[in-house]
Parts: sequence; structure tokens; C-alpha cells
Amino acid sequence: MTDTLFTQAMDHGTGPDDLAADGVVDISDVMQKMAEHKGCGTEGGSGKASCGSSAGPADMAPEIWEKVKNHPCYSEEAHHHYARMHVAVAPACNIQCNYCNRKYDCANESRPGVVSERLTPEQASKKVLAVASTIPQMTVLGIAGPGDPLANPAKTFETFRLISEVAPDIKLCLSTNGLALPDWVDEIAKYKVDHVTITINMVDPEIGQHIYPWIFWENKRLQGYEAAKILTERQMLGLEMLTERGILAKINSVMIPGINDKHLVEVNKAVKSRGAFLHNIMPLISAPEHGTVFGLNGQRGPTAQELKALQDECEGDMNMMRHCRQCRADAVGLLGEDRSAEFTTEKIMAMEVEYDAEGRKAYQQAVESERQAKVAAKASELDGLEKAGDIALLVAVATKGHGIINEHFGHAKEFQIYELTAKGAKFVGHRRVDLYCQGGYGEEDALDTVITAINDCHAVFVAKIGGCPKADLQAAGIEPVDQYAHEFIEQSALVWFKDYLAKIESGEIVHQQRGDAAIRQGALLSQAG
Amino acid sequence: MAYKIVASQCTNCTACEALCPNLAISEAKGTFVIDPALCTECIGHFETPQCVAICPVDDTCVLDASQPRYQAA
Repeated sequence: MTDTLFTQAMDHGTGPDDLAADGVVDISDVMQKMAEHKGCGTEGGSGKASCGSSAGPADMAPEIWEKVKNHPCYSEEAHHHYARMHVAVAPACNIQCNYCNRKYDCANESRPGVVSERLTPEQASKKVLAVASTIPQMTVLGIAGPGDPLANPAKTFETFRLISEVAPDIKLCLSTNGLALPDWVDEIAKYKVDHVTITINMVDPEIGQHIYPWIFWENKRLQGYEAAKILTERQMLGLEMLTERGILAKINSVMIPGINDKHLVEVNKAVKSRGAFLHNIMPLISAPEHGTVFGLNGQRGPTAQELKALQDECEGDMNMMRHCRQCRADAVGLLGEDRSAEFTTEKIMAMEVEYDAEGRKAYQQAVESERQAKVAAKASELDGLEKAGDIALLVAVATKGHGIINEHFGHAKEFQIYELTAKGAKFVGHRRVDLYCQGGYGEEDALDTVITAINDCHAVFVAKIGGCPKADLQAAGIEPVDQYAHEFIEQSALVWFKDYLAKIESGEIVHQQRGDAAIRQGALLSQAG
Repeated sequence: MAYKIVASQCTNCTACEALCPNLAISEAKGTFVIDPALCTECIGHFETPQCVAICPVDDTCVLDASQPRYQAA
């Protein structure tokens, strides 16, 4: 519990002298491997290849590939195929953030910090077994709160212990604000948690004081510059300690225009130099009805173009995560879907669960074959793209997963966004288009929501689309494309792109830039299924 | 005076329960409560009452005016 955290903190090694334990790897070796692996993108050609190619990427150390290949949060490619779940065993938090309001808990809401019910470690373990038996592609169990897992260390580590006993094939990960991280790195290593996410929004306390009103530190509430200074020091130390132990670290940053948007480039450099594997820059969610400080004072989130520009600027030679769905602390399923309503405590306790490790393995092998077919299909369309020259455009895709265009336009709750250039097709984000929690919006409004969300795209790929929305999309300058139904996304997008380029060449069309798009702020409807 | 928890504000996050040096906080009927007989306002333990310092919702852990102030022995 939390008292253990603060009273025993000093018993745990926090300085460099404590690091000479077994299993500690040479930091320069790790850094070298990190540097050698560039890009989770899905571009073809040389240079950046990928977390994506299951055939064994030439640019990634095999041991890192083993860790990320079926982790939906660490590999863009994996997120089309593999699912994750969060168990809400960690309600207490040791800091306050201006984008978080712990009082708000709408059952239909999906965003970080929100949860419908908290679980004991025993309930969590049962839930993991129930979900793993129902969803064989569930490969990752994360503890992400709704508070901070390391402010609830007893519950967090007991949960990991129970799960590693009953389902040793499931990867364990946790997400923390980093304040307590240095005290628990050895415990994290002990339970073979090999993925840790740290939310780092600043490396300068001057900026941090506008994001964090307080931290709880050594039995006192500290505020302002002093609080932010301690937080950033602890985050950097924690990250270095993870890297030294070969534990993959993902950095989450919330992009807050006017506060830390430009500064996140500095954050990116700081975490990259300390060996972070992946950087995930997320847009601020700040609707007034959430009751957060930022929501109430009118702090806006970034537009789609602002977010992409910052992600592009930070990409350089570090992996940027662009497929984050900012899911809730008890989410279940593929990223972008939430099946938590199927697995309430009441339902789980009534379930007869049999853990079928062999069945899961067979299913996951089938997924691997599917991935390899997809990679091969994409590679087959890379020739002939050179005539794109400097043209870069975005397309939206309606998909239910597996890297295939397999969703109807009208059923899509989100669209995946791919950037098409001379180098290939690259996943660059997603746009939520689900209806708002409040208010009765009709179908016309729903279509407006979609057009606003994908306004920066030249085309939208769907499995099927009705006549009316088709006409409205065309009027808005977005081409509805339904002739690649149930085919691979990237391969189809590249075929379409080459056709588009041919039309430009023949003078049939003139290439034009599109406008900006809006990032949805409201609550997500998280119906199961 | 002992501290008390304003039930309508409490998020059930459990943070205060773990920090209380007197084990005065427990869960009851879907919220957390402080036993006034055990609460010492953290006098003799910490500079500030721990429940007040950790609570994520302002004005939720407050002095209970119906109780006399705690006197250190």
C-alpha cells in the first residue's frame, strides 16, 4: 500500500551504486540497440523499416523484437492483431495533473484515469484468465491506474505475481507518472515486467508548474516549481534505471498548446538520450464537462495538423507512437475497441474459466501468418511510387482490425489515417468519429462529425458505403473508395495512390492540399462488441 | 477536532486509508470514513494531515466541527 511506498522507499536502491546486481545490462549496449532500431512506421524501402515486419526486421535486435512483436501499444503493426487489457487495481495517486479529474466517472467514457469499478488482485487475476480464454489474441496485461500503479505497489505487484503464476505467456506492463519509479525498478524487473510507460510532459519545472498543481512527496504536499522539479528528476532517474536493466520504456506526453507543445521537442531529446524506446505524443483531452482544470479554464487541445507536425518533428531517429487510443484504465480488447462491459466483476465471478495455453498459441501463430501475408502484399506495391515526387497526402480507412479494409462507412467509430508518399504507405494516426455521449445527434450531424474529423484526407477507404454519404463526401472533396473491400489496407492504398498519380500525369486531375481536421474531445461511447 | 470525509466528494481512491498513521480510515458503505476516536489530526506524526495532503478532491477531508480539537498527550 501507499505507506509501504513512502516508508520503505529508501530501502530500495536509487543510486548508481545499487545497480551492480545480476541481470543488469551495459547501458551503452542497450543504447546501441535502441539506436539501431529506427521507426515503427510502415514505409517501404531502405532506412526505416519496422516494428512491423514479422519476417524478422533487419534493423531490430532479436530480443527487442521478441518483446514488442505482439504488444499492441509498442508496435503499430501489432495493434491491428493483438489485444490488451487493463485491470483497475491501483486507484490511489501521488500527484495531481491539470488534465485529470478523478471525480468524473461516466460509464460510457473512455479515457485515461477513468474506471467503472476497482478490483482486488484476486479479482484481477480471475478477470485476466476470463478475458484470455475469450479473446485468444489478448497478449498484454497492463496496470494503468486509474491512479498510479506505483502509488499502490502492494496491489500492483500482487496482481503481477498472481497472473504470472496462472498465465505465464501474458506480457506484463505498467504505466506510471514516474514519481515513485526509482524505488520500484528492481521489483518491476523481478516480476519480468518488460514494458513500462512513463508519462512525461516536461523536463523544465518552469513549464511543469503549469501542468502539475501538486505532488505528494515525503509525507507533504508540494506545489509549483519545487514539485515539478522533483517530479522531473525522479522521472529521468527512473527512465535511466529502466534502460540500464533492459526494460523497454515508452514515454507518453500530453500535448497542451501554449504550455508544452514546443517544449515536447526538448522532452523528446531528453528521453531519447536516456534510452526510451518509443515516444507517444497524445492530444490533450479537455472538455469542460470533464471538470478538469484545463477543461474548465478553456485550455484547448491541438488540431490534427498541429499534432502530426509535432510528431513528425520528433520522429527523426526515434519511434513515434501514433496509434494510441488514450484508453481507460480498465479497457479490454483491441486498441480502439472496449469490451470491458462484457467482463464486469459480477460476470467474471460467474464464469467457468479454463486457460487454454495451447489454443492461444495456435491462434497467435495463425495471426503471425496473416501478418506476413500483409507485409508481403505491401512490399509488392512499392515499385512505381517515385513519380509521386514531393506529393504527400492522407487517406482515411474504415477497419475492424487485421490490417484489412473491412468496416462499413456508417459503422465506423474511428478511421485510421495513412500518409502516402513516394516512400510508401505509413500509418500516422486515427480519428474518432463516434457519437457524443450527451445530446441527440441525428445522422446528418454524424456525417458532419466524420467529415470534420477526416477533412485533411483525400480519400476514405471503406468496405461499403451508401449513396447519400458518398455524395456528401464527394461534395466535401473526399473521394469515397469502396472497390478494395476486404483487401489489405496498405497494398490497396498504394494501388489507389499510383492510380491517382497517373491521373495527375494525364492531366485528368490537379493535386490540391487539404485543410486541417479536428480531434474529437467528447466522451467515447464504449458499447461492447 | 478530528478530520472527517465529505462522502459526496469522496472518489474511493483509497489513497488516504493507506497513509493514515492511526489506521483511523476504513471503507464503509461505498465511501471512506474516519473514526474520530482514532484520528489525531496527524499531530505527533506528520506536519500536515496525510489524508488532506493526498486527497485528489479539494475540501473533501475537512475538520469535523462537532469534535473537540485533538490534544497531544
